[in-house]
Amino acid sequence: MSETSPDIFKAYTRKCGAVFAAVVCGTLLMVAASYAPIANHKIAIALVLTAAACNASVVAAYLMHLIGERKMIFTVLAFTVVFFIGLMGLSIWASQDIPTVVAPITR
Amino acid sequence: MQATSHAAHPAARQDTHHEAPGFWRSYVFSIDHKVIGIQYGLTALCFLLFGFFLMLMMRWQIAHPGEAIPLLGSFLQGLLGDVAANGIISPELYNSFGAMHGTIMVFLAIVPLAVGAYGNYLVPLQIGANDMAFPKLNMMSYQIYFLGGIIMFVSFFIPGGAAQSGWTSYPPLSMSVPTDGQTFWLIGMVFLITSSLLGSVNIITTVIQLRAPGLTWMRLPFFVWAQFTASFLLLLAFPPLEAAGVMQLMDKVAGTSFFLPTGLAVGGNLANISGGGSPLLWQHLFWFLAHPEVYVLILPAMGIISEIIANNTRKPLWGYKSLVYGALGIGFVSFLVWAHHMYLTGMGTHIATFFQTTTMIISIPSVIILTCLLMSLWGGSIRFNTPMLFALAFLPMFGIGGLTGLPLGFSVADIHLHDTYYVIGHFHYVVAPGTIFALFAGIYFWFPKLTGRYMNEYWGKIHFWTSLIFMNFVFMPMFVQGFSGMLRRMSDGAVQYSDLKVEGVTGALSSTVIGLNNFILWGAVGLGLAQIPFIINLFWSISHGEEAESDNPWNATTLDWQTPTPPPHGNFVTPPSVYRGPYEYSVPGTGRDFIPQDEPPAAR
Amino acid sequence: MDIPYTVEARPDTGVYNAKVGMWLFLASEVMLFGGLFSSYILLRVGAPAGTWPSGLLSVPLGTINTIILALSAITTLMAWVACKSRMFERFKLFQGLTILLAIIFLCVKSYEYRDKLTHYEVVLKSGEIADGHLIRREPSGDIVLHGHVVKEHAELMNGRKHVEHRELTIAKDQIVRMQNYGPWHNTFLAIYFTMSGLHALHILGGLVVMGYLWGPGSRMWKTDPDRFTNRVEVSGLFWHFVDLVWIFLFPTLYLI
Repeated sequence: MSETSPDIFKAYTRKCGAVFAAVVCGTLLMVAASYAPIANHKIAIALVLTAAACNASVVAAYLMHLIGERKMIFTVLAFTVVFFIGLMGLSIWASQDIPTVVAPITR
Repeated sequence: MQATSHAAHPAARQDTHHEAPGFWRSYVFSIDHKVIGIQYGLTALCFLLFGFFLMLMMRWQIAHPGEAIPLLGSFLQGLLGDVAANGIISPELYNSFGAMHGTIMVFLAIVPLAVGAYGNYLVPLQIGANDMAFPKLNMMSYQIYFLGGIIMFVSFFIPGGAAQSGWTSYPPLSMSVPTDGQTFWLIGMVFLITSSLLGSVNIITTVIQLRAPGLTWMRLPFFVWAQFTASFLLLLAFPPLEAAGVMQLMDKVAGTSFFLPTGLAVGGNLANISGGGSPLLWQHLFWFLAHPEVYVLILPAMGIISEIIANNTRKPLWGYKSLVYGALGIGFVSFLVWAHHMYLTGMGTHIATFFQTTTMIISIPSVIILTCLLMSLWGGSIRFNTPMLFALAFLPMFGIGGLTGLPLGFSVADIHLHDTYYVIGHFHYVVAPGTIFALFAGIYFWFPKLTGRYMNEYWGKIHFWTSLIFMNFVFMPMFVQGFSGMLRRMSDGAVQYSDLKVEGVTGALSSTVIGLNNFILWGAVGLGLAQIPFIINLFWSISHGEEAESDNPWNATTLDWQTPTPPPHGNFVTPPSVYRGPYEYSVPGTGRDFIPQDEPPAAR
Repeated sequence: MDIPYTVEARPDTGVYNAKVGMWLFLASEVMLFGGLFSSYILLRVGAPAGTWPSGLLSVPLGTINTIILALSAITTLMAWVACKSRMFERFKLFQGLTILLAIIFLCVKSYEYRDKLTHYEVVLKSGEIADGHLIRREPSGDIVLHGHVVKEHAELMNGRKHVEHRELTIAKDQIVRMQNYGPWHNTFLAIYFTMSGLHALHILGGLVVMGYLWGPGSRMWKTDPDRFTNRVEVSGLFWHFVDLVWIFLFPTLYLI
């Protein structure tokens, strides 16, 4: 570890300031979107969650250094995300796929 | 390992690694992966025996409903009180035995044995590491597992008894049974999940980070791949069950209604709950773990069998890469098949088709692995020692278990077979003569590494043949019973539905089907007796077994055998380097029929 | 005996052990909260129309807590940067700030919990429902609420609609049923208490680790600063994940 100079510290301070500003903006955006007079409730929900996802990716990419992380860690996370989507998607699909009533079988 | 002398380096005294640790640090709070592995192994074997005894008592009750248990009856009454009045198992007690048999066998016996014991002991040895990546977490993992086991065990003795709703704990049934045993079960599960989380993080990190120089991914023994995949399953499939466990715990203690629907009536009265919950949600979250869990049970077993087959056929495994990709394929697809346990929940046809498809797909890698192992036998000069016998028996037994699973994967066939004894027969063939045989094989195989002595061959073979025969006596008739429509979880062995009770009704179970209960009972008793030689052999051989000729008595290639016997703290005398693949047996043109992985290429 | 790669990264994987371990742990945490978020969606989608309340929680408090946690994520990172830059005093400062912010977060959270637990829904004999915060219980058994009275239960489902609150005195014999807004009250509150409670437990766990590294654990700085820096980084990863979970919890529980 050769980086002992205060310059690195300053550079990080600037970066952190930017990240914090982004997260605060994203949060306020979320709140605003939830109060916005959007007739379709689904669109409002989608807007809020998109803002949340942006916020989260900023945190993951810059604060958790995912942006420059190793392939191995990405692989693990990619599988995790696939399984997470599988869990959420398939269980919701199952709960929505209800057998419809069919005509009774006539003998 | 650094050689130090205390006299020369008084400052080094602070470093506890260099001092001979006392009893507590050596055997109870050890951070040595081998000691932890043995701790896991012994504890899990005790639970295995305990779970077996629960089953024996249940089998008596099934075959002889309402009759006092011979020998153990009065003991049971003294221990548990009214639920075992006159030594007869009451339906409530039968239910808690059933629930706890499943829970103990899966979560406290087989998984800790397959992953906790074998994974801990062998993975660092086989990859040439001096310990696990996080030794202290490893110790905590065992202790949390032990605590979880205690919590489960204690629940038998609380008022109301242990959990009674099956190892699946489906709400609202699990909420309606008036016992705190369910709360104990849930808290115990949270402990066990935490323990397996620590263990799996440890194994994965160890495999990724601590492989010896030269030990590339495709030079890893298949056993390590199997443990690696199984650990990933534990890592990623268990947390949703932890979430579900927390929610059911909230239902139980904080009065929430996560899994309790509106309008739920218990005992004829409307339950005092807020409602709005979904019982199916529990099933989704439970099976999201519990199906991958099946592969956690079987993958390490396949790993053990591969090592033993390669070693005792004296030739490389056939299709090493297929085995590896097969294991990884199983691991991946196993996350996407869970709802084939839920065809009967009123599931729509589209989603059912999806899960049928994935279920059929997952049988492909399983068949690939089994085929590779079978092909490995071809042309080998097979040594028929006890571990090899168990390994050879594993193949057809697991085959039966796997193939009988296919009809359960189709929703049409499953509608008839669901919740019958057919299901019990199917998964027990996978786990009992499948995984447990592999675990026995592993014990006989690695015993000389642990102790420097062989286990007795003669009694080993007696153990093998009697176990094999009685296992089939126990589980084969269950397929017949299941096809006839005999339901599982009936404390009277389905006598209520037989023509003994309802004469002349079409579809009632025949007396032959009911009579098989008695056959199974004596099969189970025989199976129990067959384990006596094993238990005696295991302990007797520690000090009296025939001494192994060398550190590598089976002439094996993998790194676990290139250590002193038993391996000291730190495992290897000098850190090993790896120069070749894991199964270089009978390489033409060499003097010996095996070349250890750490043997440098001959200078030309 | 020393385990390799506790401090320096393994050349072919490019990471040290604890980092792999932490990411694996976080992967399992993704699945843990993934299970809970899936449950949330399943329960919400499955709820009969008009039974899922919205706007029950205080958005200003939630926003403040989101920003507090985001700020603490920044100070965590700065603490690690300070370690890397070999500025121990600044590490102490930033780590201390993180701990302080985490404590403030928990205080706000417990205030919110208290607010919910003192909020009562009282079904009256007339069939109307009184809803509001309990001010006091009279010795006679009468209760005094600060709230309002509605005709239908459905009117309580939108917390954002502004209604006039006033002091209500309810005679004991008028009360049919009375329940506070705990997890037992409805499925939304159940999942709110469960998810935010589990998240608060994570905060508490992080607080213990951070406190240890700030206090007694910081002795390692003198003997093995590189390893200590790694510890700070790994605990920081956990803390960022906790922040990440909250970033999703806030909109799902407070906003939509």
